[in-house]
Amino acid sequence: MMRYSLFIGCQIPSRVPQYETAARAVFKNLEIEPVDIRQFNCCGYPMRNVDKKAFLLSSVKNLALSEEAGLDMMVLCNCCFGALKNAEHIMSEKGRLQEEVLEKLREMGLSYQGKARIRHYLSVLFHEVGVKALKKHLSKSYKDLNIAVQYGCHVLRPGNVTEFDDPVNPSIFDSLVSATGATSVDWTNKLECCGAPLMGINDELSMDLAGKKIKEAQKAGAQYFCTSCPYCQIQFETVQNILASENHGTEHLPAIVFPQLLGLSMDIEPEKLGLETNKTDITKIESYLSKE
Amino acid sequence: MAFTITLYASLIIFFLGLLYRFATWLSRETGFSRKGAGTPARFLCVFTGIISVILSKKIFELIRVFFLDILLQKRILKESFLRWAMHMLIFWGFILLLFMHAMGQIITAPIFNNYESTLNPYFFLRDFFGAIVLAGIIIAVVRRFVLKVPRLKTNGMDIYAIVIVAVIILSGFCLAAMKITSETEYTNMVDEYAGLQGEQARALESYWVYEQGLVSSRVAGPFEDEVLEQGKQLHQSYCAYCHAPAQSAFTSYSVSKIISPVATPLDRAGFVQIFWYIHFLSCFLALAYLPFSKMLHIFSTPISLLANAVMDEEDSKPENIATRQVMELDACTHCGTCSLYCSAMMGYEAKANPYILPSEKLRPLKALASGRKLDNAEEKAIVEGIYLCTNCDRCTVVCPSGINLRQLWINAREKLIQKGPSEPLILSQLSFARGLNRKRIPKEIYSIPIEKAERAVREKFEPLLASESPIELDQAAHGGGLPLISGTTFSYCFGCQNCTTVCPVVENYENPQDKVDLLPHQIMCSLGLGLTETAMGARMIWDCVTCYQCQEHCPQNVRVTDILYELKQIAVESAALEAENDNKAGGSIRS
Repeated sequence: MMRYSLFIGCQIPSRVPQYETAARAVFKNLEIEPVDIRQFNCCGYPMRNVDKKAFLLSSVKNLALSEEAGLDMMVLCNCCFGALKNAEHIMSEKGRLQEEVLEKLREMGLSYQGKARIRHYLSVLFHEVGVKALKKHLSKSYKDLNIAVQYGCHVLRPGNVTEFDDPVNPSIFDSLVSATGATSVDWTNKLECCGAPLMGINDELSMDLAGKKIKEAQKAGAQYFCTSCPYCQIQFETVQNILASENHGTEHLPAIVFPQLLGLSMDIEPEKLGLETNKTDITKIESYLSKE
Repeated sequence: MAFTITLYASLIIFFLGLLYRFATWLSRETGFSRKGAGTPARFLCVFTGIISVILSKKIFELIRVFFLDILLQKRILKESFLRWAMHMLIFWGFILLLFMHAMGQIITAPIFNNYESTLNPYFFLRDFFGAIVLAGIIIAVVRRFVLKVPRLKTNGMDIYAIVIVAVIILSGFCLAAMKITSETEYTNMVDEYAGLQGEQARALESYWVYEQGLVSSRVAGPFEDEVLEQGKQLHQSYCAYCHAPAQSAFTSYSVSKIISPVATPLDRAGFVQIFWYIHFLSCFLALAYLPFSKMLHIFSTPISLLANAVMDEEDSKPENIATRQVMELDACTHCGTCSLYCSAMMGYEAKANPYILPSEKLRPLKALASGRKLDNAEEKAIVEGIYLCTNCDRCTVVCPSGINLRQLWINAREKLIQKGPSEPLILSQLSFARGLNRKRIPKEIYSIPIEKAERAVREKFEPLLASESPIELDQAAHGGGLPLISGTTFSYCFGCQNCTTVCPVVENYENPQDKVDLLPHQIMCSLGLGLTETAMGARMIWDCVTCYQCQEHCPQNVRVTDILYELKQIAVESAALEAENDNKAGGSIRS
């Protein structure tokens, strides 16, 4: 049994709850035990643009909490993951701000020594469970299903900080998707940004970036996006819907979060994976499944 | 006489106050674009809404909520056992005292025809219920002032609530204890109901001193057994039919034992009367002030729980949502649960603006809804407070009063950022939720707050970008000193333009420089020349998607994205400093 403190962040519970339920169902099958720490707060990512101290304090407090519980952290959101890793990196450089952060934590009865390892759950699935072992848990397999894998920026880059995969030529996510029998297609701007960080700030630009990704993924013959980050997922669902309604000429490319894709091939009931909750219609994906 | 007058006066104030508060629910607005419906229309909507719920299957939901969330307060139990115990003790203790003691003649007497407040079980129960409330008050005080629950703020209203309940209960106990010991009360009663003289009178009095806690100046122990036996018989024939043993009122009896050494002088000084006045006057004060105090939650919180159980965002009428939101402002008990779990709590720790905490935001929102004008500092603080929210909905999930805080924030936020001062947080990823919900905001005003914020952070530096403006060398002198923590990695830049080539923002535009002012490599170059402020004026830094392509692809390990982050942070700081200087007179609410 592997135990991790589970960090779900803010977007998942409020906007992509099916991501969490699907992930928990999958973890259960894989004997990964997620531990909930109720005092976890925002990872700091959304404050980073304008306030470094608020960002760092938010981030490091979570790390201190996980450390206090003696657990490594498993993260479901790329932006949370990136923020936490960046905060860890910043804390490893000494400075006045870092001292202030530690002092504030001390006031709250917490200490931070950087002991809790921050893991993206894809990384846990790939390195700790392993593709071979993972396959043993799969009872169904996808046939003729083309998936556009969306890595997401904040898990990949900067590579020396996130330490997730090769930042220029990653393969972890592709291998995991391939394990289910689906084909991970190669597409032009696979490693590019989904545009989420600018939604609400420069919506036009954000939607341009999302629109481009949708177009390229379609061009590569993908039938679904597969994401591992709520921001990407929302961008490919809610924002794609906005795009469609504002008639930017994009066809629909539905998006599924990876635990849903994996869960179906583990033969977990679709209700448990919250397929109906997605804002793009992904229920038809079941038709690609066949018993091994 | 005084009793009757104050009773009716406080009842009148209470009912008028309630009416006034209910009326404000129907007339005020918490936020944005719900204009139109007047009070009569909103009243009608509430009325038809309630009827349609009662006639639908939702009635079962109401019944469930009434029992679980209102009578048993399951939502509080979910948060903390201690808090639940505290609230249940005060709530049930007080309710039972109200029905059995305060309104004993109206409610208890018709139901139990043997009701007599000085007889058991009623005599015991009154004391017991009081003790329950007292235990609750002790927990409340410990929680607020000893345990130091994180971010649990205590304001005047919280203190008032604890004090008024404590005064009512303690004066009640003191009054009962005084009556137990009082020679005057005893004498009056003997005169009225027994009319004993001489030896008999002394025997009864001896028995009362010995058994019933009376403090007498006329008889003193030790008493002989025969005297007590005679007293007991007299007690049984004259007193016992309407006097339970004093010990059954265990708390008051204990208090009477404590005061017994000074009972005689207190009695002669008229303390039975004094405590009686304190007791009923504090009750009537609490009653009259209830509609204007935190105690209004006795009504508003159950209504909030019930309303939120059957209302939803999509189907409910906007008029009813507007009414519910104003009501919810009164349903907050300032318990601090939301602030305990607020995702943005560390934003509060960093910025020390209490309005970042959900539990503290409601006060200024209430003031705004009532039409009060906030001063500049307060307005700035509430705009920042309401925007520094990650939209995680946790506050709404945990709120024991069932308030739909999430919707309240969204609604109030839009109005505040439209009308209030510029808020740099709008240029952060906290805006994601607002962007997703852009359809709910009229198109023509959607970008106003964004533009306002952008202007505020850029206007000082923007002129430096004009192509005809000369490069100011003294900018390098002081601009170069800006503390870029990402080190001086920009100085490694040898101008290969890789960062610009891989930038998806640059790629998105035909003529990127028109859109973003300076390209990433130009920003690095500007920094190298010490032109930090020029770089801070470039739209590029705000259009950066933070995808880290530039940083990843820099052959020189320049931390391009990190540097852009820092330029944004410094630009915001500098704009805030400027605003503060402009606004020095406005004061600050930061704690």
